Amino acid sequence: MYTISNRLKTFSIILIVLGVLGVAYGFMTSHKSLEEVKTMLVEEHAHEGNETSVSEHVEGAENTVSNHADVAHDDGHAIHVQEQLAKRPWSAMYVSALFFMTIALGVLAFYAIQIASQAGWAPVLYRVMEAISAYLLPGAIIVILLAVGSHYIGHHNEIFIWMNPEVVADDKLIQNKSGYLNITAFLIRAIIFIAGWSTYRYFARKFSIAQDNAEPGDNRNFKKSFRIAAGFLVFFMYTESIMSWDWIMSVDPHWFSTLFGWYVFSGMIVGGITVIAMVAIYLKGKGLLPMVNNSHIHDLAKYMFGFSIFWAYLWFSQFMLIWYANIPEEVVYFVSRIEDYKLLFFGMLVLNFVFPFLILMNSDNKRVPWFVMMGGVVILVGHYIDLFVMIMPATVGDRWYIGIPEIGSVLLFGGLFLLVVLTSLTKAPLAPKGNPFIKESENFHY
Amino acid sequence: MEGTSKVIHAMYTDDDVLMAAVKKVRAERYHIEEIYTPFPVHGLDKAMGLAPTRLAITSFLYGLVGLVVSIVMIDYMMIEDWPQNIGGKPSFSYLENMPAFVPIMFELTVFFAAHLLVITFYLRSRLWPFKKAENPDTRTTDDHFLMEITAGDNVDEQFDILRNTGAVEVTLIDKAH
Repeated sequence: MYTISNRLKTFSIILIVLGVLGVAYGFMTSHKSLEEVKTMLVEEHAHEGNETSVSEHVEGAENTVSNHADVAHDDGHAIHVQEQLAKRPWSAMYVSALFFMTIALGVLAFYAIQIASQAGWAPVLYRVMEAISAYLLPGAIIVILLAVGSHYIGHHNEIFIWMNPEVVADDKLIQNKSGYLNITAFLIRAIIFIAGWSTYRYFARKFSIAQDNAEPGDNRNFKKSFRIAAGFLVFFMYTESIMSWDWIMSVDPHWFSTLFGWYVFSGMIVGGITVIAMVAIYLKGKGLLPMVNNSHIHDLAKYMFGFSIFWAYLWFSQFMLIWYANIPEEVVYFVSRIEDYKLLFFGMLVLNFVFPFLILMNSDNKRVPWFVMMGGVVILVGHYIDLFVMIMPATVGDRWYIGIPEIGSVLLFGGLFLLVVLTSLTKAPLAPKGNPFIKESENFHY
Repeated sequence: MEGTSKVIHAMYTDDDVLMAAVKKVRAERYHIEEIYTPFPVHGLDKAMGLAPTRLAITSFLYGLVGLVVSIVMIDYMMIEDWPQNIGGKPSFSYLENMPAFVPIMFELTVFFAAHLLVITFYLRSRLWPFKKAENPDTRTTDDHFLMEITAGDNVDEQFDILRNTGAVEVTLIDKAH
């Protein structure tokens, strides 16, 4: 049985408090009046002008062009920037909320795969997976509240522009999609997804604990768990795909990509497995998971390695197909990202692919806890940036910065995630002793 | 003794018995020359104390060679030698047109890593067509396991030890060199 140490509890509460402060600061500083935005823009251009006089002539030429535009620059530009600024704290929260929600969802999918495939190595880690997926219900509800809340609270700061009736009014493309992209349908779909996932999680957990208390040889709960896992995986593949269109892709309602759902899935499963490995290593370090040996860590690290490459494969497939064909209506997505987010967009490729590829290729490294921890931290940072680059260009555009609102949001939801996961860990023994594969799992050796 | 060396062949019919025998023989500090088995016996290399293979490392290096070959080849052909405008693809620098080259870079890396690895394996384990089979007893390809140890000064004692480990057949062999 695990009990949260007071230190850890205080730590996560401090994270939440700091996060709330950061988010509040973000909201207080983001809502500027039109006049303030205009003075800000003028100052920015004056500043840029000073720089160009010193720097190379190429930049100077670019700035002359934009300065010419400034002469004619009307309120339209200022209003646009004002909206972008107002959207920043909302988007920062949304990215963090999505980040932790996708981790919990990835863990739940991984857990269902292990049960449906009757994996012999995994049962010693089932309680860890169940605990992490406990964050799914609150996490997904927060995501939805933020998505819809950004429309109803405040003025013109919605994360999804198709929720703004004024935008839709003079946008033929969104009008044509409004049969799918409207708030009622969005909410109905979200409720179906969240209800389905949470129902699976609830029953899987229930059967898992019931199997512990069952008579030896009574495997009825195990069999039920197997059946619902298989059913959930079918449901999950459909809903995950639709979820990625709804919650992520529709921030750019003019753009679409067919393999987007898989791409989002690869990111969430790699994040989920990484968190499983990190929690398992933490608990093992505390001596609470004596049956987990370094072969289990090795297996998790292999999954981290493999799914990192799978992520890179899908990232590249999506990027290269669009880059190669260069069809204007598709390519704007990457043009805006490469222009304004160059470092993040290509940097995350290093964090999510090159680094894990080189670090986790060696079989011996995968058995060393601190190596897996280090790789895990890098993968999680890379996965956060991945979501950041999916959402931010559509909401704040080139007005992005990783500052107090973004870090505050990560701390807020990170603290909440920690608190929910650790609380859930305390509610059941860490060894699922009734599982028919537990003996095999304890003796697992690779 | 010049020109010949004596070895003892011990025959087993079960891999578990064989594993126990290997541990016993090694504890007695006799040198195991070779073991012939019809299928891979899990953990036998560890029990025999064989050094781990370095084939994976060679494969990684071959992969790097393949990657370099592909980059140099494409850069020379598409960018340096004859940079044509093919369908508007930017051929001013390697990096600009790189996404189009990645499939080739990937495939050549895998090709080199896989094929050179296999060839290395054949060379290191001396396998080639028309090679004369080195099997001392044809039963070891079916259902028998054979352990070959160097015969020491006291062959009778070695025979006793091997029989005690469960060997079904122990023979002294003169190996002509």
